[in-house]
Amino acid sequence: MEHRSLLSIADLSGDDIRRVLTTAQRFTELLGRDNKKVPTLRGRTVINLFFEASTRTSTSFELAAKRLSADVINIKGSGSSVEKGESLKDTILTLNAYGPDIFVIRHKGVGACHLASRFTDAAVLNAGDGKHEHPSQALLDLYTIEREIGSLDGMHIAIVGDVVHSRVARSDIMAMTAMGAKVTLVGPPTLIPWKAESLGVSTSYDIRDIADADVVYVLRMQHERMGAGGFVPSLREYATRYGVSHARLRPGQRVMHAGPINRGVEISSALADDPATLIERQAANGLVVRMAILYDLLVEPSVVPGPATMEAVAA
Amino acid sequence: MSDTRRLVQAPADPANLVIENVRILDPVNGIDTVGDLVVRDGRIGGSPDGLERIDGAGKVAVPGFVDPHVHLRTPGKEDCEDIASGSRAAAAGGFVTIIAMPNTQPVTDGVSIVGSLIEQAERQAAVRVGFFAAITMGQEGTTLTEQGELTDLGVCGFSDDGRPVESAEVMRRALQYQRITNLPLVLHEEDMSLSGAGVMHEGEVSTRLGLAGIPGISESIQVARDAELALYEGGRIHICHVSATETVAVVRRAKQAGVRITAEVTPHHLLLTDERVADLDAARNKMNPPLRAEADRQVLIEALIDGTLDCIATDHAPHRSHEKERTFEEAPFGVTGLETAFASCYTHLVKPGILSLELLVRRMGADAAAAVDLPGPSLTEGSIADVALIDLDATTVVGADGFQSKSTNSAFLGEELSGVVDLTIAGGQVAWRK
Repeated sequence: MEHRSLLSIADLSGDDIRRVLTTAQRFTELLGRDNKKVPTLRGRTVINLFFEASTRTSTSFELAAKRLSADVINIKGSGSSVEKGESLKDTILTLNAYGPDIFVIRHKGVGACHLASRFTDAAVLNAGDGKHEHPSQALLDLYTIEREIGSLDGMHIAIVGDVVHSRVARSDIMAMTAMGAKVTLVGPPTLIPWKAESLGVSTSYDIRDIADADVVYVLRMQHERMGAGGFVPSLREYATRYGVSHARLRPGQRVMHAGPINRGVEISSALADDPATLIERQAANGLVVRMAILYDLLVEPSVVPGPATMEAVAA
Repeated sequence: MSDTRRLVQAPADPANLVIENVRILDPVNGIDTVGDLVVRDGRIGGSPDGLERIDGAGKVAVPGFVDPHVHLRTPGKEDCEDIASGSRAAAAGGFVTIIAMPNTQPVTDGVSIVGSLIEQAERQAAVRVGFFAAITMGQEGTTLTEQGELTDLGVCGFSDDGRPVESAEVMRRALQYQRITNLPLVLHEEDMSLSGAGVMHEGEVSTRLGLAGIPGISESIQVARDAELALYEGGRIHICHVSATETVAVVRRAKQAGVRITAEVTPHHLLLTDERVADLDAARNKMNPPLRAEADRQVLIEALIDGTLDCIATDHAPHRSHEKERTFEEAPFGVTGLETAFASCYTHLVKPGILSLELLVRRMGADAAAAVDLPGPSLTEGSIADVALIDLDATTVVGADGFQSKSTNSAFLGEELSGVVDLTIAGGQVAWRK
């Protein structure tokens, strides 16, 4: 059977997204048990291939696969043949010989997962390809918002900061608007993409415009992707004009951040430590949502795991 | 005009044949008639007696095409292309004359390399091959090449193609020195500070994909600078691969102002847009300048028709498949074009009625030659035969039977195109026969 891949949020319909979120809900209930492991992917092989640094994503994908009883292989760019100059193509072809069911890939290059999917019949799950997309992050963000706040339909989300370099923003924009949310991008003109309105969002260069939002989604300033561009005059000026802190929020607004954070730059240290933000919930929900995505791609996708499945699993 | 330029071809027997009942279309001479086209002893015309007869019914014979912009990758990257394979690809596409760019490894910037290339072409070239030498040593943009000696040796002009001459002062010196060489300066135009790390057109698609964009103004600003310099120095410039709306406006203004400027456009910029980049396939969709928006494409077509853009050139840029099988940002720029140029333009411009066949033949032939100050091909009685015999109704799937080029990175790979070149006579010799 040919596997489906998740390369972009654009691969998913609204119904697909809803199904994954519902599956994640089932897994959340399951993880309340003492025995957190289910046999769903027993005998299946998941290869996590991380060419670029990651803590949250790589850990949660590994744990998600293990909770589903899959055999998991983790490969990092450093310490592998990639350091000897092996190409992405050859790495995929080599690992493909071991018959994996899915590759979970993070890579610094836009389209790396599209490329990889040309060389394998296994499913490919994009765990972040350069500045392009990070679909599993977007799905866990949706899940977090719905679980902690409520329906995305009609909700207003302000995405603040370095949109240009953010794959999280690109996937979130697509996913959030697909679920009926209104999205406003807020940041300096140099960090808002050219013709961003074509993505179906509104834009503002004034941080005060986050006032209308139900959720303030703070993006990391990505120094490592900026090169010598001089996108902002200084981090100090950026923090002063666009840094999100308690003083800039009104009561009831919820704050999200995909991490890792730059304290004192895009988010104040006090706000980052405030348990009222959803930042820790995002990390926690990453596990169940990634379990749900693996389930969706590798098991009969039209079947949401129901209570009966879960009972069988627990037995 | 200088007559030092050398167009080199490997010697072969002169063509002796007659194409019978063929539509003979020679825009320069105002000929569009059905009859027999005789090639005797490599020249147009003469007695058909005793010659091989080829059935031309339903086909069209036109003056062969000229491409002022190809990369033959020699020396240094002969695994991608060499003079033999590149000139064979040209012949298969109906080209009779091609000019190779000097961004080789090492750069074609001195007499020893040019001399070696001419020698190789004398042995290998299926069609006439000419060479541009670099404007600056190593194409580094600082020191002019020995353009006087290179001119004497037979180069067809000077270009730092692949990159711009970044310093306005160096460009000005090149324009001044041109009074010695009388050869065109052939310019890849790009403001590198604006192009930055860009890998595709800056537009809605780049925003969606998160790929760094190359804005149209990166091209137009550099063209505007060089048009100003050329006007000031009375220089002669040819602008490579115009891709952007803004550049067309600059070229149009420069022509009106009396600048000695010509410009080319590629088939892929005339026919394809940045929407294609969404599949992130670098082999088909990554080139510099990048595929631009539909609005740009329409402006380019209009400018080709009204003559603001003088001609079509392919920017044939072969790369090995493993070089292209990388992520979009890592893969090199460039697509091949010699074997698909006519068919792609015929299929997508002539067949839908956007461009006449006559104008396409002009823009790929006489106008392309004139754009770099070369004599153009024609079917004039007594002239050396440069003929392409084309079956307009025949179709082919690009790449299905392989390529004459050593590389497969065609922007049109897998597409069905109309217009198959059955026969090419270049420099009076049969260079291609299907």
